[in-house]
Amino acid sequence: MTSTPPAVELDGLTKSFGAVTAVDGLSLRVQPGEVVAFLGPNGAGKTTTIDMLLGLARPDAGTVRVLGGTPDDAVARGRVAAVLQTGGLLKDLTVGETVQMTAHFYRHTRPVAEVLERAGITNIADRVVGRCSGGQQQRLRFALALLPDPDLMVLDEPTTGMDVEGRRDFWQSLRRDARGGRTIIFATHYLDEADAYADRIVLVRQGRIVADGTTAEIKNLAAGRTVRATLPGADQAALAALPGVDTVEVRGDSVLVRTADSDGIARHLLTRTAARDVEITSRNLEDAFLALTTEQTGA
Amino acid sequence: MTTLSGFYPGVLRIELRRVLRNRRTLAFTLIMPGVFFLIFGLPQGGQSLDNGRPVTAYVMISLAVYAAMVATTSAGGAVATERALGWSRQLRLTPLRPAAYVATKLVTAMSLGLLAVVVEFLVGAAAGVRIPAYVWLLAGLAAWVGSLVFAAFGLFIGYLVPAENVMQFIGPILAVLAMFGGLFVPVEVLPDVLQQVAKFTPVYGMGVLARAPLTGEGVSLAAVANLVAWTLVFGVGAARLFRRDTARV
Repeated sequence: MTSTPPAVELDGLTKSFGAVTAVDGLSLRVQPGEVVAFLGPNGAGKTTTIDMLLGLARPDAGTVRVLGGTPDDAVARGRVAAVLQTGGLLKDLTVGETVQMTAHFYRHTRPVAEVLERAGITNIADRVVGRCSGGQQQRLRFALALLPDPDLMVLDEPTTGMDVEGRRDFWQSLRRDARGGRTIIFATHYLDEADAYADRIVLVRQGRIVADGTTAEIKNLAAGRTVRATLPGADQAALAALPGVDTVEVRGDSVLVRTADSDGIARHLLTRTAARDVEITSRNLEDAFLALTTEQTGA
Repeated sequence: MTTLSGFYPGVLRIELRRVLRNRRTLAFTLIMPGVFFLIFGLPQGGQSLDNGRPVTAYVMISLAVYAAMVATTSAGGAVATERALGWSRQLRLTPLRPAAYVATKLVTAMSLGLLAVVVEFLVGAAAGVRIPAYVWLLAGLAAWVGSLVFAAFGLFIGYLVPAENVMQFIGPILAVLAMFGGLFVPVEVLPDVLQQVAKFTPVYGMGVLARAPLTGEGVSLAAVANLVAWTLVFGVGAARLFRRDTARV
């Protein structure tokens, strides 16, 4: 082998459930060491894609390569681990026993005490799983995923059901742990998580990738900025006719112009009109998310 | 690390600890059969079978078979709970092979079955049952090995219905089967029609085999055929459902 194979290579992945196409010709390549957010609304096909990526589901068409081999191969060698929404835990085992038992299934693992520590659950090792909170159970799943010291870690909506503090703690432990070289792919519908923790965002809608790039690139894709000013009696049609203007919205005395050329619009407003209180804001990721994941309407 | 087709001693230890922590399992497999013996067996102290051996031993061996079948069924049936909870899906993310998982469940079931037989025998011995050593040994061995039918039955049910509380509706079924198998009262006291039906129910064979060392009656071909046939029925049934369960969709 002359070069390291990609961590993940999905090619033309398609999967239908009856008449519903959950994943529709999805192709994606993830390089080792990347932290990728799989972002999309519920029902976008994130979980189905992850299931195929892990070998839990078989694609109708297309191929999956994980770390240069098949998903089953990667799982069997402990090179990929996952925190899944559907992964159940045995309620009558303690947290520590769950990790110990799982450790027996691998050829080599990190020490049990170490993964408990890294997942931040050492203090509840003797607690029965059935009496753990949702967040604690999620950390336990994370601890299980840490056991084989995997090259690729896949997390499907890992912080669902956690409160704000729990989510922050969880991501902190994940980040602390993200040592060089480990590839991380996580699905989420929390924009701030994608923004804060991923190097790269893959936006999916209706089983297809609609955008793929760095956080900054995704924001730019949704194009431009918003210029807001106080301008009583604004001439909406005249403003809309200016070059580079996407939309113009008048709310009472305020006017909001969405544009790719915020400098030009600001200059126009300040020099040719009576506008004051001019503000320029870049659209946040949420706007980009909405723009890219909802159906385009109108012209 | 898979050794001997995926048998994991470390896992077995945790599994057994887990089973023994379950009050319900303890009550139904270890305590209840012993209490049954004290209630229904002891009052018959002093009475003898045709060959002069004590009736209490007959009751004790029957209840040991009952204890073993409840124990192995519940341990096999644990698969239902684990499927319902999604644990089997979690396991698919580990190198554990599904066959090794089933093997571990089977060994856990048989370990619990052995424990159930031993506990029942200890209760009997403590309460004064005296029989030759070879009868203890052979009867115990037959009760234990025969309970393999129900380990398979438990797995079969476990793959048939993914429900957390599967034992709640299997329990009464086991009681009915135990009656047909002559574990609560001798089959001979049942009406004639039921006696004929009883010969084809899954407990009959293991009951006859387990009591044979005590009664000195020969082991009929029908009893052996019964045991083998039901083991095959449940074993093959469980294997087919298991294969369906682990198929990727």
